Amino acid sequence: MKREDLFLFLLLSAIVFVVPLFIKNSYYISILVFFGINAIMAVGLCLLLGYSGQISLAHAGFFGIGAYSSAIVTMHGLPPIVGVAIGIILTILVALTIGIPTLRLRGHYLGLATICAGEVIFICFKEMDSLTGGPSGLPDIPLFEIGSIVLTKPIHYYYMAWILALAVIYFSLNLVNTRIGRAVLSFRYKPVGSEDGALSVGIDVTRYRIKIFVLSTIFCSLAGSVYAHFMSFISPENFDLNFSTLLLIMIVVGGMGSIWGAIWGAGIMTYLPELLRAFKDFDTLIYGGILIGILVFMPEGLRVCFSQSLFGRFSITRRGNQDQKRGS
Amino acid sequence: MDSAMILQFLVTGLTNGILYAIVAFGFTMIFSATEIFNFAQGEFVMLGGLLAVTFTQSLHLPIFISFVAAICIVALIAGLMQRFIISPAATTSFVTLIIITFGIAIFLRGLAMFVWGKNPYALPAFSGEKPIAIFGAVITPQVLWIFGIAIVLFLILTFFYTKTIYGKAMLACNYNRDSARLMGIPAKRMVTFCFMLSGALGAVGGVIIAPVSMTFYDQGLAVGIKGFVAAGVGGMGSPAGALVGGLILGVVEAFGAGFISSAYKDIMAMIILILVLCFKPTGLFRTGTG
Repeated sequence: MKREDLFLFLLLSAIVFVVPLFIKNSYYISILVFFGINAIMAVGLCLLLGYSGQISLAHAGFFGIGAYSSAIVTMHGLPPIVGVAIGIILTILVALTIGIPTLRLRGHYLGLATICAGEVIFICFKEMDSLTGGPSGLPDIPLFEIGSIVLTKPIHYYYMAWILALAVIYFSLNLVNTRIGRAVLSFRYKPVGSEDGALSVGIDVTRYRIKIFVLSTIFCSLAGSVYAHFMSFISPENFDLNFSTLLLIMIVVGGMGSIWGAIWGAGIMTYLPELLRAFKDFDTLIYGGILIGILVFMPEGLRVCFSQSLFGRFSITRRGNQDQKRGS
Repeated sequence: MDSAMILQFLVTGLTNGILYAIVAFGFTMIFSATEIFNFAQGEFVMLGGLLAVTFTQSLHLPIFISFVAAICIVALIAGLMQRFIISPAATTSFVTLIIITFGIAIFLRGLAMFVWGKNPYALPAFSGEKPIAIFGAVITPQVLWIFGIAIVLFLILTFFYTKTIYGKAMLACNYNRDSARLMGIPAKRMVTFCFMLSGALGAVGGVIIAPVSMTFYDQGLAVGIKGFVAAGVGGMGSPAGALVGGLILGVVEAFGAGFISSAYKDIMAMIILILVLCFKPTGLFRTGTG
């Protein structure tokens, strides 16, 4: 891990453990739980999009698989940890079924294929009434417990979500500097990496693509399990295309190509709707406007913009296909 | 199964298929001109329908004038959207552009929710509601209007692309932007025009379908997804593919809902597209590499 990343990681860990000393309001703690859950998924999607250059609009589906597995397993009286494990196994199976045929595709075609995959998973949640409760959802999901410890209060879930998030962040920061990480970076985008170049030095691009895809879906599944136990109610609308897009929005708003950007994005996009709740009927309108504004004026993402305005520093930005001008 | 039932499913399928084809056509036009995946395409349909409702019911304008006015306003919105939002961001990566169009879609949805509220609206049929029985199948006059308008639209578009200078210039831009510019075609203006035409098409779809299925602020995304799928099945960037893809999708859905299961009808469309993408990623009507 780079020294800068290690410093930021330790800083984040410190913040995570200090924040509960100051914030006691359970509403704010709940928002921070959602932030943690979203951060886990955003980091996973960031590995996929920012590092291996693949788009996915199916990730809400995997979040849902984790959530439904946890919910259904614990409602049948089994320990929650079994639910988490079953969620992960199911996610890997579904991810491989979707990934092996579609990850040969590139760019827009991959986008289309993953929209379809996500919709298929979503419709399954909605229509498999006997198992998932259909459109009305599953209420009364038991609390999470390990051995004799039962997590009852939001603050418990805060620690659960954020310890998991920190583990995922630590893992991902290290992954980028391993053999797999370097291989993935080598075929990422046209200006920086090259698929043909990677193939020519013997990197099995398709296999790495699938590996990273499966890894990022596992993160989603874990986040789903936390979400199900925390909310104690889930319904299919939580896992539709809008949510998959929201995950992408987090990555893009924060800044593609950096795990820290993903965390920035997760934080902002979790808090923004809460902030806009004061505007009542205007909230969607303002939300859309802010989103457009951020992306048009700060296409590099907020992370880069903030660090540039704070430190006047230019970091190497990672963008795809800069040479091509679209839509002007 | 009897022939009347099959005919009934076919008519239902084609009616929806025409909407999908129109959305897919607008989508594929923008895609081939700019390589942008326009998530706001479904919102054009929604705006077209809701504007027509306002013009006919609040302002009591005749249906024909409302139709034209709704189309013009949506075309204007689409043009402005390209000029002031998409064009300034044109150098960013395609993921950012996808998210920008999604942001526009959210914005338009929020605007519609604010102006029209959350209730669904029905537009009165263009000419009466009395159903007509043809070979045992029951068809409302509106369905005949939809078929008629679709055919007229098809003829106009064919004429536009093959006979007029603007249409040919647009095709040239879609085929190769830089070469077109070197030939003296104002490529930038063409792209704006392309968005406007695409918005107008979406609005036509929205107005003609509004009497059959209700129109409401939140319908855009669902319609948009069907349009993407139709465009993908036909081949992204292929106009003929978009039309055929849309009709295939509509008919398959109607028969799937009728004979297999109405709950899983949406899955069929998705699975068809995944299969098409796996075996022929460029779609049924386009050659080249994916």
